[in-house]
Amino acid sequence: MSVMSRAGALFDRSRVFDFLIEGQPPPALDLKHNVILYLEGITVSFDGFRALNDLNLYIEAGELRCIIGPNGAGKTTMMDVITGKTRPDAGSAWFGQRLNLLNMSEPEIAQAGIGRKFQKPTVFQEHTVFENLELAMAGDKSVWKILFAKLTPQQRDRIDEVLGIIGLPDLREQRAGSLSHGQKQWLEIGMLLMQEPELLLVDEPVAGMTPQETERTAELLVSLAGRHSVVVVEHDMDFVRSIARTVTVLHEGSVLAEGSMDSVQNDPRVVEVYLGE
Amino acid sequence: MAASSLLSRLLPMRDDRGSSAFFVVLLAVAVAVPILHLAVPEGSALHLSTYTVTLLGKYLSYALLAVALDLIWGYCGILSLGHTAFFALGGYAMGMYLMRQIGSRGVYGDPVLPDFMVFLDWKALPWFWHGFDMFWFAMLMVVLAPGVLAYVFGWFAFRSRVTGVYLSIITQALTYALLLAFFRNEMGFGGNNGLTDFKDLLGYDLQSSNTRVALFLCTAIALGLGYAASRYIVGSRFGRVIEAVRDAEARTRFIGYKVENYKLWLFTFSAALAGIAGALYVPQVGIINPGEFAPINSIEVVVWVAIGGRGTLYGAVVGALLVNYAKTVLTGALPEIWLYALGALFVVVTVFLPQGIVGLLRRKEATA
Ligand SMILES: Nc1ncnc2c1ncn2[C@@H]1O[C@H](COP(=O)(O)OP(=O)(O)O)[C@@H](O)[C@H]1O
Ligand SMILES: [Mg+2]
Repeated sequence: MSVMSRAGALFDRSRVFDFLIEGQPPPALDLKHNVILYLEGITVSFDGFRALNDLNLYIEAGELRCIIGPNGAGKTTMMDVITGKTRPDAGSAWFGQRLNLLNMSEPEIAQAGIGRKFQKPTVFQEHTVFENLELAMAGDKSVWKILFAKLTPQQRDRIDEVLGIIGLPDLREQRAGSLSHGQKQWLEIGMLLMQEPELLLVDEPVAGMTPQETERTAELLVSLAGRHSVVVVEHDMDFVRSIARTVTVLHEGSVLAEGSMDSVQNDPRVVEVYLGE
Repeated sequence: MAASSLLSRLLPMRDDRGSSAFFVVLLAVAVAVPILHLAVPEGSALHLSTYTVTLLGKYLSYALLAVALDLIWGYCGILSLGHTAFFALGGYAMGMYLMRQIGSRGVYGDPVLPDFMVFLDWKALPWFWHGFDMFWFAMLMVVLAPGVLAYVFGWFAFRSRVTGVYLSIITQALTYALLLAFFRNEMGFGGNNGLTDFKDLLGYDLQSSNTRVALFLCTAIALGLGYAASRYIVGSRFGRVIEAVRDAEARTRFIGYKVENYKLWLFTFSAALAGIAGALYVPQVGIINPGEFAPINSIEVVVWVAIGGRGTLYGAVVGALLVNYAKTVLTGALPEIWLYALGALFVVVTVFLPQGIVGLLRRKEATA
């Protein structure tokens, strides 16, 4: 952001500053209508190029949704909007009935219960596998609590359990930076589990994984659905077919088609987009 | 293996051999220096002069400043190029107390006003000089003045997410602005000459050997406590969060940490430590003037930490001691080449020893 626009923002009276609303606890997640995520009319432009163009998407509580679409369709940008990384030019984004994501900072969104696995695995390289999981662990993340935080036996057990789920129990003291690409993917999934989010956003989880690992990831994601809501972005069609109930096809920043895998694959517009590549 | 990994997790210090060595050496020095000065007769080769005791005390206050900088730079990636501003503010707070202690013993003999105010023809003490006749109040200000400035500065800088080079530049601007402000006579801090001609502290004559030794010991204790507090911080989960911020700031936000608050409190704590270092420095060197705010001083502190090895705390201590010893020797022999020597040393270390001197030792240990 340039200095001028930042200065301009200071005098913008319609703006509510984060620090003015700080202190009040955010309202709890409200799933009265059984919808956990509302994206309506989301538009994001980068220098005039519309990465998202009037995007509408609704995710039901407990749902496992796959998002597919060619490279550059705007899938990652959509996740950036949901997690507060990118602010849209237009539209609204709600988490449940009451939480306006567009008014929340990244940590507030994370604390409210949205966890994310990045497309490019980003773990804390200098920390051990164990410490990565410890950092991600759900709980009070305010400065004073963390300064004096001690792991309880239950928390330690939970970390051990997740280490087992992601298949890295022997590497717990290993520097995360020394892991292979696939292991980093798993570690990031483990971090996501530690956060105990209501909504999981998973960006291309199986890139760089072996077929067996891919299968295990599929099982894990399916087992999470129900108690959590899961949104998965993936290119691997076999993988999508193995887990998806509902598939949303994104193209040029908006939804092109939505439905079961079969109906979507037979949709002529979808065929055109994928074959026309 | 299992036992040692458990132990390393129970102890807040992950690799604490360097820190243990630091505490052992600090204790040895704190015991030896007073003995060598007070108990060994002056003619003996082992006798330490008052000058040496004071010089060592000064080095230790620099070491505390270096620890403060390492805490934010080495662990959190905040490269402050203005940290001596906090050091100088702590020093001024102590200097104001020492000025008020002079009382009517000044050249002009005014019972309340320091000499420079009489010289400027001021009739009354400015409001911000009130309270500094009380030691406890001055000590509070030693921590509060730099702490509050750091908090306010950090509040704006970190919330607007200024990072990297831009942050470094505004810290330089901060110390430069203070330099210019403190140079002005109207500011009421003695202008160009600063504060000096101190007589005593809590009634003890600053020139006496015993006071010098006591000041040295206080500095050693402050360094020990400051180091221990810093070690606790970096060994706690808070420490792992700030390292995460250093390595992947955005990622840290996405797992729910309010990065601004972490940086803000760390920066404020670091500034308060620097202020304490400055307060211990001033009675030992006998003067505080605006020159302490000079941007180059802050850059020198960064060089100490880089040369010693950042992100270890003890490396900062090693760097501060070695570089300042070299400076004492070199500026005595060839004063004009000091800055070039420092610059060359910095370049050599960053190119060949990115982990600094202690990194070299650790590498030796690992290969042995
Ligand atoms: N920060 C950015 N600046 C400019 N263009 C961007 C930025 N982020 C994404 N884009 C563009 O937006 C489009 C959508 O990107 P992305 O959301 O990453 O697509 P996908 O994840 O579906 O492959 C791409 O054309 C990309 O080049
Ligand atoms: Mg993408």
